[in-house]
Amino acid sequence: MSVLIFADQSQGKIKKAAFEAVQYGAKLARQSGGTATAIVLGEVDNAELAALGNYGAQKVLHAADARLNDIDSGVAAKVIVAAANQEDAKIIIFSHNFDGRAIAPRVAARLQAGLVTGAIALPDTANGFVVKKTVFSGKAFANINITSDKKVISVMPNTFTPEKTDATATVMPFQAAVNDADFRVKVTSVQTVSGEVPLTEAETIVSGGRGLKGPENWGLVEDLAKALGAATACSRPVADSGWRPHHEHVGQTGLTVRPNLYIAIGISGAIQHLAGVNGSKVIVVINKDPEAPFFKAADYGIVGDAFEVVPKLTEAVKKLKQ
Amino acid sequence: MKILVCISKTPDTTAKIAFTDNNTKFSETGVQFIINPYDEWYALVRALELKETQGATVHLLTVGGADTEPVIRKALALGGDESFRINADSQDSYYIASQIAAHAKQQGYDLILTGKETINYNGSSIGGMIAELLDLPFISIAAKLELNGATATLNREIEGGEEIVQVNLPVVVSCQKGMAEARIPNMRGIMAAKSKPLTVVEPVETPTLTSIVSFEMPPAKAGVKLISPDNVEELVKLLHEEAKAL
Ligand SMILES: Cc1cc2nc3c(=O)[nH]c(=O)nc-3n(C[C@H](O)[C@H](O)[C@H](O)COP(=O)(O)OP(=O)(O)OC[C@H]3O[C@@H](n4cnc5c(N)ncnc54)[C@H](O)[C@@H]3O)c2cc1C
Ligand SMILES: Nc1ncnc2c1ncn2[C@@H]1O[C@H](COP(=O)(O)O)[C@@H](O)[C@H]1O
Repeated sequence: MSVLIFADQSQGKIKKAAFEAVQYGAKLARQSGGTATAIVLGEVDNAELAALGNYGAQKVLHAADARLNDIDSGVAAKVIVAAANQEDAKIIIFSHNFDGRAIAPRVAARLQAGLVTGAIALPDTANGFVVKKTVFSGKAFANINITSDKKVISVMPNTFTPEKTDATATVMPFQAAVNDADFRVKVTSVQTVSGEVPLTEAETIVSGGRGLKGPENWGLVEDLAKALGAATACSRPVADSGWRPHHEHVGQTGLTVRPNLYIAIGISGAIQHLAGVNGSKVIVVINKDPEAPFFKAADYGIVGDAFEVVPKLTEAVKKLKQ
Repeated sequence: MKILVCISKTPDTTAKIAFTDNNTKFSETGVQFIINPYDEWYALVRALELKETQGATVHLLTVGGADTEPVIRKALALGGDESFRINADSQDSYYIASQIAAHAKQQGYDLILTGKETINYNGSSIGGMIAELLDLPFISIAAKLELNGATATLNREIEGGEEIVQVNLPVVVSCQKGMAEARIPNMRGIMAAKSKPLTVVEPVETPTLTSIVSFEMPPAKAGVKLISPDNVEELVKLLHEEAKAL
């Protein structure tokens, strides 16, 4: 079966999550002897487009219309559906990132296609078309059968490590049949923390909680993060008190992250916090209270005072990285 | 101004997650149910704030069985004007969104608010589907919503930041933290909710496109390896050599 993958870009650069989605879609296409085609919206240079071939896309459709640089979910869905029809793709793959969450449901509704968001495994086709996803905020998994002819899946970011190959893709222009009236959402400004890895894409995250006592102590977290090349995050009360910006808040009501390594400093490990981080591959907890619930969810732990342990840890990491 | 808030019922955030019937059903034994936090704290409260500041009628809608009524009553107690329950039990997002869209088509709302996602099935799907079915613009995962006449200005979350967007009403918005401050219902609200209308509507014919086959619990963690605070080098070594995380 042919598979169409939406390869999300931001400011002309294909996102890491898009490579993961392309690889997922390519594996799926190969399983059933179909073609894996990626579609890219907006202005992106050719080298970036060709790189999609490295992750398994055989064909790349490029709708280079500058009006598509920012996402208007309605327009994006229209273009993606047109591409799916052209390619006769029965399966459409997204990343379960912010743009994926905006567009995938629209595409699914437009095609009357069953949708599973946040897939963490390739579909099991032995008995139907069963996709595994996390539910109950990471506390369990559900296996969901898509029974419709057309299917839409969005892939959980940071779940499938992109494996680069030498394969290349044929890049083709795609004429997006949209007119100005289709654009209903006007992006007036974009504010991103430049030069930092977005939390949802980070391989390593150092996160701080109320145990750090106040924003003036965040140097501790930042120094360790810097030594590790990691992004920084925090617990909800830390963001609520204004110690850290809201986009760093992880957990049930914040971001869900799945890094390789999550280091929690002075965070108790309330169930709502764990909900956002329990998909991390390795969890390290530093807490002075041996009874802190976080230790139950951790792989490695240090019972100790963060103000003593963390600077030493930063030095030890620097030594390793030398 | 007419606002619809989509309300779903979810287990409390601290509920014990377990399954019955050969892992095909969520075990409700001893579980307390709440309004999905995103629907309550952000979508509903923002709708109420808009009602207070510029006047609006706030409708609440849930797709679910009679067991969802206590949750709707609580939402009414917070300040909704009128509520609807579409009498159907389904986990399929296309089915749910189609029911909501059919209702909205009849009512004609200026603003349709949903939560960012339900905390039980984590779909993050219903809002976008409603928008597509009604051919409306959709702003996903918004942290801020201001109205100026028929124009809405919103902050939408993107990787590592946010974008500020403008859109003309009507629009569908999925809401997250930042939208509004949580409220608790007061006695007067709870009393008033008893007499507010809750209309039960029969579902429209719609296909179901997905079905849950089974649930699984994640494999148990092996248990934490504790390292002495005086030996952080050991931790770095384990992370490097054993966990291959450095
Ligand atoms: C519906 C709902 C949703 C929620 N959503 C979220 C969410 O998304 N994310 C989230 O994080 N929370 C969320 N919460 C809040 C959550 O329940 C906890 O209150 C919160 O996670 C606690 O944050 P904390 O661990 O930083 O603070 P605390 O619970 O106060 O823990 C501080 C920890 O620091 C340790 N400590 C203190 N001093 C030191 C030191 N010197 N060195 C080392 N350790 C030290 C203490 O032993 C303690 O374990 C939610 C709550 C509800 C009800
Ligand atoms: N059964 C339902 N009835 C009404 N609204 C719902 C229902 N399920 C989900 N929603 C709304 O859609 C949002 C997103 O849900 P989901 O796409 O299932 O994660 C929720 O926060 C609710 O606002």
